[in-house]
Amino acid sequence: MSERAVVEAEGLVKRFGSVTALAGVDLRVPAGDVVGLLGPNGAGKTTLVRILATLLRPDAGRAWVGGLDVATEAAEVRRVVGLSGQFAAVDGYLTGRENLRMIGRLSGLRAAAARSRADELIDVFELAGAADRTARTYSGGMRRRLDVAASMVAMPKVLFLDEPTTGLDPRGRLGLWELLTRLTSQGVTLLLTTQYLEEADRLADRIVVMDAGRVIATGTADELKARVGGDRLELSVGPGADPAPLAAALADLGALVVDAELGRVVLPVSDGPAILSEVVARLAGAGLPVADLALRRPTLDDVFLSLTGTAPSVVDVAS
Amino acid sequence: MTVVSSPARVWVDIGAITARNLRRLVRVPTLIAFATVQPVLFVLLFTYTWGGAVHPPGVTHYVDYVLPGTFVLAIAFGASQTGVAVADDLATGMIDRFRALPMTRSAVLAGRTVADAVRNLFVLALMTGVGHLIGFRFHAGYGAALAAFGLALAIGVAFSWIFALLGLLVRDPESAGIGGLLAVIPLIFVSSTFVPVATMPGWLQAFARFNPITITVDALRALCLGGPTATHVWQALAWITGLLAVTIPVAVLRYRRTTAT
Repeated sequence: MSERAVVEAEGLVKRFGSVTALAGVDLRVPAGDVVGLLGPNGAGKTTLVRILATLLRPDAGRAWVGGLDVATEAAEVRRVVGLSGQFAAVDGYLTGRENLRMIGRLSGLRAAAARSRADELIDVFELAGAADRTARTYSGGMRRRLDVAASMVAMPKVLFLDEPTTGLDPRGRLGLWELLTRLTSQGVTLLLTTQYLEEADRLADRIVVMDAGRVIATGTADELKARVGGDRLELSVGPGADPAPLAAALADLGALVVDAELGRVVLPVSDGPAILSEVVARLAGAGLPVADLALRRPTLDDVFLSLTGTAPSVVDVAS
Repeated sequence: MTVVSSPARVWVDIGAITARNLRRLVRVPTLIAFATVQPVLFVLLFTYTWGGAVHPPGVTHYVDYVLPGTFVLAIAFGASQTGVAVADDLATGMIDRFRALPMTRSAVLAGRTVADAVRNLFVLALMTGVGHLIGFRFHAGYGAALAAFGLALAIGVAFSWIFALLGLLVRDPESAGIGGLLAVIPLIFVSSTFVPVATMPGWLQAFARFNPITITVDALRALCLGGPTATHVWQALAWITGLLAVTIPVAVLRYRRTTAT
């Protein structure tokens, strides 16, 4: 029998009444990996994280965290995991420092250790200026940082972050990304859920795509994008204008999608910047005017269109 | 990192949760009001509005009669806030956070009830002080007065666990608040809290006599005013013990299974 991965799940099933939240999920996360669990609302991401963090019991299947069974060794599992749930769960009437000290004490640290750990995390999470204010005065970004700090008080081996940047403004999101990048470089195993491909791409070594309670694809961001078709070059002649001459000029460059109604031509490209100059040269040579020209990265929608639009069975893009 | 050994853990955990709730108690405006303005209003309102009309046998001043009742009233209303707080912790994900920690399973609820007891001690002292200013006196000595405080705190612990369980079951803070008041109001009024049970219609007396609030208020009254206490006190303690024996295990079990949705 092979060694268990730091996070491992086999055939996890969870139903809530008539709703099947997880329909048989398998997962392997090696130590030190950062895995992005990507999927739309209702895909089962949060349910999976809750089972792994011992908050829910699966109806079928098994899971291990740090080699410990989440169902039969839940108390031991809690010593090795940190969880930051979907909402920033901090006590708004305690200060940032008081929140962290309380979590430290409840994690089994002695009073002095809980104090110094709180001070340390306040520095790391850039909360020094606000540490002695009650958390309800914090901005959304600060509250989230405090919440993630709280999940790291006991120096967990495995960290679960459930949609850590949902509800944050772009600046808050960027700040948290930078922080998480720094933290994950220190060897903690991180499983984060997200609805944003960009976030998974930025933070994760490997992406697990979930839909309707199943894992529908796993792979690196590059592998996934290759599977989805990579970038797209979108050219528009404007609504009502005829995109046919444009399509004819670019026909040999790839599998064009022409939308006559919107006056748009979409060209899937593997090396966007290189092909961009070729396209521009041809347009200039043929004297074809365009209203808009843009290189677009695939979005979560594109990933899902290509993955769920094809087959509901598991697609392993890595193989 | 230095870690606390396991036998001491339960006390450390309860202490940390108690400290959290005591901090909230002095920072959350509604909680401050529940612990200060409301108990004082109860003493003054019931003494001056009902005192002229209600003349229980064997009592010269209505404040002597009603103060032990308002102890229980204020403690019950205060405890209803525990239901709100537990439902709120559930809704905001705090309970998920606590449940994912390697902490004692019962500490979140136990720490809350300990903090409630500290608040109740303050509320009892405040009400006694205000009562004293308008004529209330202990007639059975210091020992009996201390016993009255102890009994009032004990019923408070039972109320806190009941409302904690209610909060876990109802899950929604607003519903927990309304549900708490709807539960407290009939139980308080159909009891000996404000008027002697003998003045009620017969069918209501049967319920009022069985009501643990009547039994506790009668015991408190005996301890404050004098007279035979043993039967009342033992009956009240039996009720409190019975309520705790049922609600603590059920609430802790419920806590272990519950999760935010």
